[in-house]
Amino acid sequence: MSILLDRATRVIVQGITGREGGFHTEQMQALGTNVVGGTSPGKGGTKHLGVPVFNTVADAVKATGANATGIFVPAPFAADAIMEAAAAGITLIVCITEGIPIQDMIRVKDFLRGYPQARLIGANCPGLITPGEAKIGIIPQRITSPGHVGLVSRSGTLTYEVASSLSAAGMGQSTIVGVGGDPVLGLTFRDVVQLFEKDPATTHLVLIGEIGGSDEEHAAELLAKGSRLKAVAFISGRTAPEGKRMGHAGAIISGNRGTARSKEEAFRKAGVEVAETTDDIVGMLR
Amino acid sequence: MKLLEYQAKEVLASLGIAIPPGVVARNADEAVAAFARLGPVAVKAQVPVGGRGKAGGIKLARTADEARHAAEQIIGMEIKGFKVPLVYCESALEIDREIYLGFTVDRDARANVLMLSAKGGMDIEQVAEESAESIARLYPNPWRGPLDFELTQLVYDAELGDIARPLVALIKKLYRAIPDYDALTAEINPLVVTKKGDIVAGDAKLEIDDNSAWRHKDLEQKYGGVVEGDPYEAEAKKRGLTYVSLDGDIGIIGNGAGLCMGTLDLVQRAGGKPANFCDIGGGAKAEVVENALAVILMNPKVKGVVINVFGGITRGDEVARGVVTARDNLNMKLPLVVRLSGTNEEEGREILKRNGIEPGVSGWEAAKKIVELIRAGVRG
Repeated sequence: MSILLDRATRVIVQGITGREGGFHTEQMQALGTNVVGGTSPGKGGTKHLGVPVFNTVADAVKATGANATGIFVPAPFAADAIMEAAAAGITLIVCITEGIPIQDMIRVKDFLRGYPQARLIGANCPGLITPGEAKIGIIPQRITSPGHVGLVSRSGTLTYEVASSLSAAGMGQSTIVGVGGDPVLGLTFRDVVQLFEKDPATTHLVLIGEIGGSDEEHAAELLAKGSRLKAVAFISGRTAPEGKRMGHAGAIISGNRGTARSKEEAFRKAGVEVAETTDDIVGMLR
Repeated sequence: MKLLEYQAKEVLASLGIAIPPGVVARNADEAVAAFARLGPVAVKAQVPVGGRGKAGGIKLARTADEARHAAEQIIGMEIKGFKVPLVYCESALEIDREIYLGFTVDRDARANVLMLSAKGGMDIEQVAEESAESIARLYPNPWRGPLDFELTQLVYDAELGDIARPLVALIKKLYRAIPDYDALTAEINPLVVTKKGDIVAGDAKLEIDDNSAWRHKDLEQKYGGVVEGDPYEAEAKKRGLTYVSLDGDIGIIGNGAGLCMGTLDLVQRAGGKPANFCDIGGGAKAEVVENALAVILMNPKVKGVVINVFGGITRGDEVARGVVTARDNLNMKLPLVVRLSGTNEEEGREILKRNGIEPGVSGWEAAKKIVELIRAGVRG
């Protein structure tokens, strides 16, 4: 079992003929992901990496019954690509692209309110993987192994680091979700924790947060209400310098939230152990 | 990109918002010329940080001599790490009331929020803490922007109903900074109501999203490069790297922001003081590692470097060879500890050892090792 993604998920790749899109499609296929097609405007009707290419997502969904997508298109086109996927009826949208303008993402988030069945992961994220079954994105399968630890993270390489030490210790993962590091995101920590909570195959939970925003605090509030998962959290950036601030608008909105201390305290209050280094996570999870 | 006050005011003026008459001066003579044109002026340091008033970066000039002195004192002074490149000489306003107006991205709400308060001025953060309700808020629809009736409600909520009409018009103009310029934060504090009843932007702060630079090439051309920030940060930016300057003596290179921050935490935990950190992004190409190492070593305070690379798809032996080449090309003599993992990591560690570089199995071990080496005064 897993969350969001398994062998049966029918995946397309938006930007499949690009360098990044192509490379990672091959990786996804190598794991056994059910890639049913891709899109690349102007190249509809051709084949790439053994799957049909369509001009639009709507065409791809009609022909293949795809229900998930990985987006690898350049930043100027990524916001539109997300909305196109939602409008075509895709229910799991994973946007890997980094550098999307924040105002574009704010408009995307508003647009998605009209498509409540569509779940967005990212943007600017490594995607997700259900080890041994399927992945959408760029998490290297080599460092993962099937098991019962749910892993949710805001960072890319730190996720790999933790997944790799879990695997080395014989603690496999149910699903690994990189929610991304941008200020305006799709699924939040809290959303992903809720999904893990309902997944019978997930018994343990690792949360890798970082400074900024208050998504970790919101997840902690949820866990404080009671959880069946044995959870460990880690926050990176506790010694990072405060950004050179300008104006007061940000402080009025966020107050004291967003610091490493605030996040760690929120997790401790919720009964979640907080690891000092990523090396400590495995030991604390046992 | 954080705009300077005069730049932000130029943008506001382009949106139709009234600003006081003002002139940029790059030296004392230009400040005197500004005085001749405008009469008594406030001479204001132009730096992209707050708190310049308290740092002595704003002086009133009632005579040409005072304008000269003020400019001489302020230009070139350092405010929170920024050398003041120029001053903005601005006519003083006859203030009747001070209002706070701004917008920013509310991360929790994943939306823009407009904020308005009758209690403008310096201590708006205190107002927010003590009486949050005196700051009225509106979350405008991001596709169509705020509607008149919504803004009217905002203005009445802020108890500024007596000037509702001009304020609604002004906020609509300010909001255009979002669709027209990809602004993330704009702040007019104070928004001044003059004794004559005009509404004028007393100060202005504006931050434009770096992710949208490709949509606003003109802005970067016009406004980029006025402030000389940290020279190392500028060099790193030229080389396409993310770099942050700190105060210590250990250089840090990592791939990915999270891993970099994590390594920073580990070095401090081991008792070391980071001098800087450089994020080389997802992969770990030899050329990129060399670029990063070159920038890290520009800072003469650096006594040793720790490199923490997690290779997902990247091969460990390739990373190791890249590090060795970079060190040799740069003729680096300082202690260097490299933690790498990925495919062929064992082989990578062997290559490092053969070339006199300390390999670390984990980030924590590497952090402890570099701190030890620097304490012992070891030369690589």
